Amino acid sequence: MLRVVGAASLDELVRVPDAVAIAGPLDVPPALPEMELGAKLRGYAARNTAVDYISFLGAGAYRHYCPPVVMSLAMRGEFLTAYTPYQAEVSQGYLQAIYEWQTYICRLTGLDIANASVYDGATALAESAIMTVNATGRHAILVSAAVHPNYRTVLRTYARGLDLDIEELPIDADGRTDFSNLDARLADKRFAAVVVQSPNFFGCVDAPGERVQAAVKSTGTLIIGVVAEAMSLGALAAPADWGADIAAGEGQSFGNPVAYGGPYVGFIATTKEHMRRIPGRLVGRSVDNRGNTAFVLTLQAREQHIRREKATSNICTNQAHCALVATIYLAALGATGLRRAAVLNLERTAALAATVTAVPGFSRAFAAPVFNEVVVRVPAGATAAQVLAELQTQGILGGVDLGRWYPQLADCILLNATEVTTVAEIDALGAALARFAAQEKSALHVASR
Amino acid sequence: MSQAVNVNAAQGEKLIFEQGQPGRANSYFPNGRTAAEFLPADLLRAELPLPDNSELDVVRHFTRLSQRTFAIDVGFYPLGSCTMKYNPRINEAMAALPGFRDLHPYAPDDLAQGALRVMYELERALSNIFGMSAFSLNPAAGAHAELTALLIAKAYFSKRGEGKTRTTVIVPDTAHGTNPASAAMVGYKVISLRSDQRGRVGVEALKAELGDDTAVCMMTNPNTLGLFEDHIAEIAAAVHAAGGLMYYDGANANALMGNSRPGDMGFDLMHLNLHKTFSIPHGGGGAGHGPVGVAEHLVPFLPAPTVTRDADGTFALEFGAVDSIGMMRSFWSNFAHAVRALTYIYANGGEGLTRVSQLAVLNANYVRAQVKEFLQTPYDEPCRHEFVASAQDLKRETGVKALDLAKALLDRGYHAPTVYFPLLVPECLMIEPTETESKETLDGFVAALREIVETAKTDPDAIFAAPVNTVVGRIDETRAARQPDLRFALRPFEPSTGSGQA
Repeated sequence: MLRVVGAASLDELVRVPDAVAIAGPLDVPPALPEMELGAKLRGYAARNTAVDYISFLGAGAYRHYCPPVVMSLAMRGEFLTAYTPYQAEVSQGYLQAIYEWQTYICRLTGLDIANASVYDGATALAESAIMTVNATGRHAILVSAAVHPNYRTVLRTYARGLDLDIEELPIDADGRTDFSNLDARLADKRFAAVVVQSPNFFGCVDAPGERVQAAVKSTGTLIIGVVAEAMSLGALAAPADWGADIAAGEGQSFGNPVAYGGPYVGFIATTKEHMRRIPGRLVGRSVDNRGNTAFVLTLQAREQHIRREKATSNICTNQAHCALVATIYLAALGATGLRRAAVLNLERTAALAATVTAVPGFSRAFAAPVFNEVVVRVPAGATAAQVLAELQTQGILGGVDLGRWYPQLADCILLNATEVTTVAEIDALGAALARFAAQEKSALHVASR
Repeated sequence: MSQAVNVNAAQGEKLIFEQGQPGRANSYFPNGRTAAEFLPADLLRAELPLPDNSELDVVRHFTRLSQRTFAIDVGFYPLGSCTMKYNPRINEAMAALPGFRDLHPYAPDDLAQGALRVMYELERALSNIFGMSAFSLNPAAGAHAELTALLIAKAYFSKRGEGKTRTTVIVPDTAHGTNPASAAMVGYKVISLRSDQRGRVGVEALKAELGDDTAVCMMTNPNTLGLFEDHIAEIAAAVHAAGGLMYYDGANANALMGNSRPGDMGFDLMHLNLHKTFSIPHGGGGAGHGPVGVAEHLVPFLPAPTVTRDADGTFALEFGAVDSIGMMRSFWSNFAHAVRALTYIYANGGEGLTRVSQLAVLNANYVRAQVKEFLQTPYDEPCRHEFVASAQDLKRETGVKALDLAKALLDRGYHAPTVYFPLLVPECLMIEPTETESKETLDGFVAALREIVETAKTDPDAIFAAPVNTVVGRIDETRAARQPDLRFALRPFEPSTGSGQA
């Protein structure tokens, strides 16, 4: 091969000016044969002992049952090792799967247009916010404090790039967005969008009512509806039904593992009016030169490789394979399976709430109806961190400490139950909390004597 | 349902929404209570218009879709700038280990030490291979990483009191298309710089654009012509002298490992596409993974979280850096991809990675040396990991364009190269074979391309007609854009109602 190339050696072929040549060999450990490599990585995985604990962790990443058929199909090499379907004639299968994903997202959100995916729920929100800025010419976003804290953080990170103002709506006593001062906030028409999440970060159904929707729309402000737990769409009203002009969500729950935070799959859906403002890839159905139905990437005039600095977004690579997993998952479950799974989430969460609040000193922090998460207030004098540390010693990950983001909720824990949470696990949690409560009580006795 | 009913030449594979019958539900979950027992009716959805399909029909549907999809596992995929190398299956096995797959992002650090170690060791390895002080694994893909890096630059200049004055980003025409779009998302004005006759950034032309408004110069090296920017040290010095930062787009990093490091070239910021250089499967267009690397002076601005290692060897997620630009995505990283990339690095070792880049360059030159016998190859010198050919002369002689060559390759069982990019070469084909292809595969590709060019000269209509061996022919893209049909309507030919029911 070197002879055909006309080079004397590999070294000659790759030579670079001395000033920028590497000084020595790479400081990377020597190659491992595959058998030893597998053992090494299995050793790392074994140190993630959290997977052996009873877990009530949710807060934006959810453990659900995924039928084996989903990964068995998704991991086929044709899907796994394809790239963006630039050559449509040899990519009809993947293009059709993405078209089906877009259809699923439209039907679940009740909106007209969905894109081929974005990175995750948080970036879906940030990209949606940019859409509303472009649609309205306004440079401020009003976001509920009950939207996932990480999503709000990411929104602020993106906002610094475009010099957008981000302001927040407070939380009411029931755990929902407090819209009581909304009219005054919207009066000067400077917000491009109001952002609400339902179920919100506290698990509470937080879909704005008709009065709020009308108040927002009368000022020319758009509504971005965030869905961080896609499973909820199997039971709850669609974002379009509560006034969302854009639905921005996280689809991880549809068959994708929690995987320590990624990759997940964000979705954006919107009305026809905003079709040309949507970021990322879109697959359309057309015909070929033989009269066949055929699928193709379309409306590319919005995209970075055509419009460069005038594009709707810089997004290029998306989360196609995670969207494929979700599509296969939805195909396998169908409406019947998704409804049953969603109802099981409601059922197990109701059982979780009942068990925990039966323990003396533990109570629901918020009264609003929830989907699959509940906020629990720990006994007076204790902190969420103390309770979680005690549970961890008993093999239980009892949820997340809300004090991490909400100082006023430092005595509150966010717990999640899904269809994979068993009654036995809930009972184990109840028993552990009862022991904690009893110890606290006797400790208080000691202290008071 | 027989295959003859479900698949025919005119209709292809029916949509999942055109299949299924009520009552075909699979028994994955117990059927017990209803949502109305738990929530008020006004919070619930009335309809859930999704089809119920038997698991067998789902298996056949997606198996057929897979069979209508070209992939690396199916054949040679020389898509320039995308580095379509083999994706080793050990990577998949490691990413699927329950200890990684089922680990929740809010697992306490002390119960997630293995995952944190993966992130820490990957970060260290990447810093070493590319000569940067630190990497962040936060960004999800290359374009996301560009945005991250430019936000870091903006924060850096703001901290220095130059946030309002340094407003321009210089992007050579040999850079990737995402660069200008990323710059716009950070509010920067883009200055496009023409490359010189050698296909490189001219130092003097660059200097003419530099000033105290310069924020960042975004480059890739080797550039999108597959050429090494041999004046990179002078370029970096000039940009630094003007007070600007150098940004390295790592899409072409597969040419460099063990040979030259962006950090040593003078780059302050860079990103990598782990789904290119580090063998993560492209998955039909993602998920990717786009770590951002920085030089010492930019470390404080990295996104949150970073992974720290205590003196006693304990790892932790760190969110507290005061100058951090903040988080770029919902959680910490595309972690499963970090597992794959680290697996690849340990499988190859330092010498193996060096060899990867050498062979990537050899394979590209081997193809180039033969393609230049029948197509123009502008910039007549050896390439790096990819090269650009042009069908401009062929088009003049025969009318056959780069697009036609691409379609004819599909007929012959090869994926097409990237076409019409970079924009500065007319009728271009950008060919990147990667190191994982055998000489026999490369010979087969060259022979097919040679035959296509010869056929174009004798029977151009045969090439215009291509592809004919694929499941569909050329697609009416104008119709797709003018009459957008972006989701399947429940009832055909009905305009959208906005309820998702149309």
